[in-house]
Amino acid sequence: MTSLPISQDAASLPATSRDLFALTKPRVISLVVFTGLCGLLAAPVYVHPVLGFTAILCIALGAGAAGALNMWYEADLDAKMKRTASRPLPAGRMDRQTALHFGVGLSFFSVILMDLAANHLAAAILAVSILFYVLVYTVWLKRRTAQNIVIGGAAGAFPPLIGWAAATGHVSTLPMLLFAIIFLWTPPHFWALSLFVRTDYANAGVPMLPVVAGVESTRRHILVYTLPMIAAAVAPWVLGLAGWIYGAVAVGLSAAFLILALFVAGNRATEPKQMAPEKRLFTFSIVYLFGLFAAVVVDKWVLA
Amino acid sequence: MSPELEPEIRRRQRERAKIMAILLILFAILIFAVTIAKMTVNQ
Repeated sequence: MTSLPISQDAASLPATSRDLFALTKPRVISLVVFTGLCGLLAAPVYVHPVLGFTAILCIALGAGAAGALNMWYEADLDAKMKRTASRPLPAGRMDRQTALHFGVGLSFFSVILMDLAANHLAAAILAVSILFYVLVYTVWLKRRTAQNIVIGGAAGAFPPLIGWAAATGHVSTLPMLLFAIIFLWTPPHFWALSLFVRTDYANAGVPMLPVVAGVESTRRHILVYTLPMIAAAVAPWVLGLAGWIYGAVAVGLSAAFLILALFVAGNRATEPKQMAPEKRLFTFSIVYLFGLFAAVVVDKWVLA
Repeated sequence: MSPELEPEIRRRQRERAKIMAILLILFAILIFAVTIAKMTVNQ
């Protein structure tokens, strides 16, 4: 990690609330909140609305805290990539200490509030998820190995587990499968993105798979990793933990995902402009995850 | 820090102070609601 050439005047000004909000990666939070909410709603118990709301709020705050600490640590990387250069730290609109204090403060706040509103287990998993994202993914893996998002993907997979634990006080097979779905979904999702922004990653020195192993190898990896992801996606239905509504959605969406992954595997383009299959897969992968998790809840509510 | 930045610093401090006040009020309401909810659930 290196220090940044930040404009002295801009960095000495107090950060605006808009920049503090941007530190939390609001777009990432939307997916985290949604999967956490689905984990909570899929649990087979009644959850008081106020306690449920507070648990989801804590998941959102914890994710925001992890995002802020990620931006604090990666400010030098963000400055080198087009996609992230306008973030508050690389753009010089905030000093790094503010980001660090904001991230650490929000982390403690979210975990303590979760403990008060829900239970020790949910608070502990929330704390582990923040630490995993910051220490294991951001600090340890991201700059060292092309497997960064394979292992680091676990960080984004915790929310349904936290939601379920907040509702029930324990963890069982279904939330573990929801965790597995996100964990196995993360590599194809991020590799599809990294294929068409690989120049950015290469310039920043991030060893993403397309940078280290090449475009063709990454496409094969996407296809290979899609298979266990599909197995995890249909597992709740096969194991009888979800009904036919979830089963139909999981099979349909997974078939579409596999077809798009095959198109990616068959693409020979090396220029981002010709990577329409990769862009399609990336966009669809977000729909895929939203669809699967929505189906878990609809299935439980309709068939219960 | 240049003197011409002084008004902008004050403006940003006021803005953050207002937002912090709102958040503290919301936090107090949330803690109250959580307490009532936990009492209800425990009954």
